[in-house]
Amino acid sequence: MYEKTLAEQSQMLAKGECSSVELTSHYLERIARFNAELNALISVDDKGAVAAAHAADAKRAEGDASPLLGIPMVHKDIFCVEGGRTTCGSRMLEHFVSPYNATVVNKTREAGMVLLGKANMDEFAMGSSNENSYFGGVKNPWNHDCVPGGSSGGSAAAVAARLAPLATGTDTGGSIRQPAAFCGLTGLKPTYGRVSRYGMIAFASSLDQAGPMAITAEDCAMVLQAIAGFDERDSTSSDKPVDDYTANLDTPIAGLKIGVPEEYFSEGLDNDVATQVRSALSEYEKLGATLVPISLPNQGLCIPAYYVVAPAEASSNLSRFDGVRFGYRCDSPVDLEDLYTRSRGEGFGAEVKRRILIGTYALSAGYYDAYYLKAQQVRRLISNDFDAAFQQVDVIAGPTTPTPAFEAGAKTDDPVAMYLNDLYTVSANLCGLPSLSMACGNVNGLPVGLQLTGQYFDEARLLHVAHRYQQVTDWHQRMPAGIE
Amino acid sequence: MALTTDDIKQIAHLARIGLDDSAIEPLRADLSTVLDLVEQLSAIDTNGVEPMAHPGNAALRLRADSVSETNQRDSLQSPAPLVEQGYFLVPRVIE
Repeated sequence: MYEKTLAEQSQMLAKGECSSVELTSHYLERIARFNAELNALISVDDKGAVAAAHAADAKRAEGDASPLLGIPMVHKDIFCVEGGRTTCGSRMLEHFVSPYNATVVNKTREAGMVLLGKANMDEFAMGSSNENSYFGGVKNPWNHDCVPGGSSGGSAAAVAARLAPLATGTDTGGSIRQPAAFCGLTGLKPTYGRVSRYGMIAFASSLDQAGPMAITAEDCAMVLQAIAGFDERDSTSSDKPVDDYTANLDTPIAGLKIGVPEEYFSEGLDNDVATQVRSALSEYEKLGATLVPISLPNQGLCIPAYYVVAPAEASSNLSRFDGVRFGYRCDSPVDLEDLYTRSRGEGFGAEVKRRILIGTYALSAGYYDAYYLKAQQVRRLISNDFDAAFQQVDVIAGPTTPTPAFEAGAKTDDPVAMYLNDLYTVSANLCGLPSLSMACGNVNGLPVGLQLTGQYFDEARLLHVAHRYQQVTDWHQRMPAGIE
Repeated sequence: MALTTDDIKQIAHLARIGLDDSAIEPLRADLSTVLDLVEQLSAIDTNGVEPMAHPGNAALRLRADSVSETNQRDSLQSPAPLVEQGYFLVPRVIE
C-alpha cells in the first residue's frame, strides 16, 4: 500500500478496498522497520494513531466521505499538538508538552487525517541539512551518507521512505522546497498568510509559512485544501477566499508563459542539475507552454538580505525562551540573570545561537539602519523584480537547489556555504510568493528538484502546472532502493 | 567585517546567551564571515526605497475589544519549570 499516492489511498478507502486501520498499521509497521536507521521521526504515537484510524473508519461507516478521512500523516515537530511532545528539534523544548493544538493540526484532524508521529527537523527550523537537530541528523533515503535537506528534513525523509504518504513542513527560506528536492518529493510553500501560523513555533514571522510535502502535486492540492484559510488567531492570516485546488488539475496548459531567469542558471549551479532542469523545461514546451527569458537583477542580494531579516526576527521571537514560562531551565540559578543566560546558553544549539547573535547585532543601537532597515529596502527591490517579471509571465521556473543532496558533515564547518543552499528559494519567502518544488531528474542516484514560483495566491496554478508535468513524466513516482 | 571577542561578549550579553570561553573565538570567526556576506548590501543604492517589513504590505488586523478567550491559566502554565499559586517562580530579585 505504501507505494500508492495519497490520492490513490483516498480512492481505496472510499471504495472499501482497505480500512484506515489497515493503512495506519501498515505505516506503523514500516516506521518500526525503517525509522531507527533514518531517524526521520522524533516521536511516534502508535496508540493514538490506531485510535484515530478506528474513529475514521467508524465515521466512514456513518457516511462521511471526506477525501482525507483515514489517511495517515506526520507533522513536522514545529506544530504544537496538545498533550504530546513538541520539541522543535531543540534541547530547549525536549520535554515541552503543548497545552493547545496548532491550527494546522486542528485542520488535519478535522479532515479526519491520522497522526502517526512528529518529524525530525533542524533546531527551530534553522538549517538546510537537518544536522542541527538536538535529536540527531536524518539520513536521506536515497543515499544514507547524504543529508535529506532541511529544515523539514525528517518530513522529507519520512515521505521519501514511504513512512507516511504526507508530511507537513514549514518554509522560512526554503525549508519545504529544498528537502523536497533532495528527497524527490513535491513540496509547496503557499503564499504568506495562506496557511495559519498559529501554534507553529515561530522562527521569522514575516517569512514563515506551512505547507504540504507529498508524492504528487495532486496530493499536495488535496491537503492544501484542508489546511488553507483565514484564522483569526494569526494576525497576518489572509481572509481571501480559498480556491478549489483540485478542480482544474486536468485542463491543458497550452499558452502558459514560463519565465526562466538567467540569474538562476549562472554561477554556483551544478552542470548536471542545470541539464536536468532544462530538460524539464523542454517537457513544458512540448505541453504547449512558452519559455520566456527574464531577469531578476537583484537575485544576488537575496541571501545577504535574508541573513539579516531572518536572524533579526529570530532573535526577537526566540527571546521568549527564558527558562521561566516554558522549556529548559538550568540547574540551581543563582539569580535572574544567571537563570536567563545559562538556560539559553545550555538550551540552544550552535546554529540557533549564531542566528540569535547575528540578529541581535543587526538590531542593536547604531547598526539598525545599516543592517535591518537596509535589508528591508533591498527586500523591496527584490520584490519589485518579481512584480515586473509577473507582468510578462504566469510562473517562474528554475532549479530548486544549486546541487543535489550533499554528504553529511560536508558543510557543517562553514555556515555561509550552508546558507548558499538556499540561493534560489529565499526570494519567495522575502516576497511572500507561493513556490513549489518537484522531482525532475536524478544525478548519481540523487533526485533533482524543479522550482515553480507563482503570483500571490496563485497556488492553484502552481499545482496545476506541476500536475501536468507529472502526468507525462515519472520522476515523482520513483522510490529509493531498500524500502520494500 | 571583523568582530572582536569583546563584540561577541557584548552581543551575547544583549541576547542573554551564556557562552563558554572556548565558544567565543569560533563564534567570532563565524559571525564575521556572515557579516562579510551581508556587507554586500551596503553597496546598493536604496535612496528613497520604502522598507518592506511584510509581504503584501498587509496592515495588521484589528479586532473588537471584547473577551474572546476563557481563563486557561492553569493549562497555559502547565509547561512552566516552576509555578506556585499561579505565579511563575524565579530566583529572588529584591533582597
